Amino acid sequence: MARIPVTKTPKVYVGGQFIRSESGRVFPVREAGSRKREAGLLGNIPQCTRKDLRNAVEAAAKAGPDWAQRTPYNRGQILYRLGEMLESRSAEMADALVISGASTKTAAAKEVATSVDRLIYYAGWSDKYEQVLGNTNPVAGPFFNFTVAEPMGIVGIIADDAFPLLGLLSQIAPVIIAGNTCVCLASQEFPYPAIVLGELLAVSDLPGGVVNILTGFRKELVPTFATHTHIRGVNAVVNQEEKKQLQLGAAESIKRVRARKRDDGLDWTDAKSQSVYDIRDFIEFKTTWHPIGA
Amino acid sequence: MRTSFSKLFDEIGTVDQVGIEERVAKFTTRSIKKNSKLWGLKTAVSMVDLTTLEGKDTPGKVASLCQKARRPSFDPSVPPVAAVCIYPFLVKYAARWLADTPIKVASVATSFPSGQSPLALRLEEVRTAVSDGADEIDMVINRGLFLAGEFNAVQEEISAVVEACGDAQLKVILEVSELDTYDNIRAASFLAMQVIRQGDFIKTSTGKTSGSATLANTQVMIEAIRDFYLATGIAIGMKPAGGIRTAKQALHYLVAVKETLGDAWLNSSRYRFGASSLLNDLLRQIEKEKTGAYQAPYYFTEAAESY
Repeated sequence: MARIPVTKTPKVYVGGQFIRSESGRVFPVREAGSRKREAGLLGNIPQCTRKDLRNAVEAAAKAGPDWAQRTPYNRGQILYRLGEMLESRSAEMADALVISGASTKTAAAKEVATSVDRLIYYAGWSDKYEQVLGNTNPVAGPFFNFTVAEPMGIVGIIADDAFPLLGLLSQIAPVIIAGNTCVCLASQEFPYPAIVLGELLAVSDLPGGVVNILTGFRKELVPTFATHTHIRGVNAVVNQEEKKQLQLGAAESIKRVRARKRDDGLDWTDAKSQSVYDIRDFIEFKTTWHPIGA
Repeated sequence: MRTSFSKLFDEIGTVDQVGIEERVAKFTTRSIKKNSKLWGLKTAVSMVDLTTLEGKDTPGKVASLCQKARRPSFDPSVPPVAAVCIYPFLVKYAARWLADTPIKVASVATSFPSGQSPLALRLEEVRTAVSDGADEIDMVINRGLFLAGEFNAVQEEISAVVEACGDAQLKVILEVSELDTYDNIRAASFLAMQVIRQGDFIKTSTGKTSGSATLANTQVMIEAIRDFYLATGIAIGMKPAGGIRTAKQALHYLVAVKETLGDAWLNSSRYRFGASSLLNDLLRQIEKEKTGAYQAPYYFTEAAESY
């Protein structure tokens, strides 16, 4: 007797759990090359709403204090472990990229390998960025004056359609390594790799709620990213109009916006797309004095 | 020999557990948006008994709490809260701070939260709180007596407290989490209602035990209030307390009142929320309704989170 295949219900990873959109809405994603036909349905992806975004922010807020208080060394270890998990599942992940039409077979293998390397790169920075970005400031008095780096809090991430895995991870890693938590909107055109990434995060040591990944439509969610006052910064790949929207909302809610141009066709495999300055984008500097010898 | 419990249940009837839980599950499915939501949120603010019941309370903390009670928000359309609820020792300070306002001073008394000290001491505590300026007294019943079936003794104690209150309004805390069953909650509600006065309240919990107000045990109590009102014409108020932290929960409770007791109970003279952090979330959601932007909790005073 022929076996009926068991298909996977794609769900988003929020607060350490796999959920559907509170609205119950979904949008179909088809396999590469079968866009027009009924056949080749890859899955019905959750079409998340601003309420889902609000809930994800609550989850990120809950996870935040514990994550920020861990030692940088521990955060580095956890990110490294995530790299290990991705390496051991690289075939599955490359498959997800190819099947969703985001990438060719060769390019997908390269994207996954580069993603692993990127995680390792930022894991290495975990207990070093403070030395590079912080400072002992010169003063004329019997005290020290330090500038130290602190996490901002909850950071919104809006991902690129080019490199739906590598781009997203390149935005997430520098944000969380500094003790921030994040709420991400995955690529609208190729959301499936981000769904698989969620399944990977669930088996890594990353505490639930540190990374929350939503799928859905940019035009529905970008305005809420802009105006939600609990989101302290946005790390986004956006077009001109979305950038304006983010900046207007950010002016009202006082948040930091790091916008990369979406129309440029960003090459995330480039070594220039990883740097300690991506970490600096989402930390606050605190300058404080301390008496000598006390 | 029939026990005192079965005699009482013959008189007042028992509770259908499955029915109650089914009913309250429906209350959470109402869609309340825009203007009706804003109305609900502001009404909930006007029903809050802003509470602090901690060993570390100081006159200074009560002063800032009173300030917040008078003017919860910059927005003048947000009403003041119904009352400030504190320990008896602090009543004299709160009475001074709220002297020129409609806000009531409520004090827990009768050796809150256990209610297990001698009756004479408990009554003295009530009299002192009233003479210090308390407008409302939140008493606890002696659950031990109730569970032992000593209903007359329970009622006599409540009557004695009613007398000690004088003009002050009384709220009788049943501490539902220690009564174990819905039947017991209904029974205790009736025992209390039979001896208190029109305008007095029954209240779910002290907030000091692991269990506290839920939609279900509140529903048992408001149905008891309804049945008692239909039988006697005496309107008793309701105060759920403990565990109500979000604006959404508060709206669910208001839906339950509206659909069980009707509009006559949708005001602070017949319905109260005993809560400390609820007010912040109500203000946060009101701000969200006004601006359209979700608000961070740390923009509101005394929020615990800062991340």
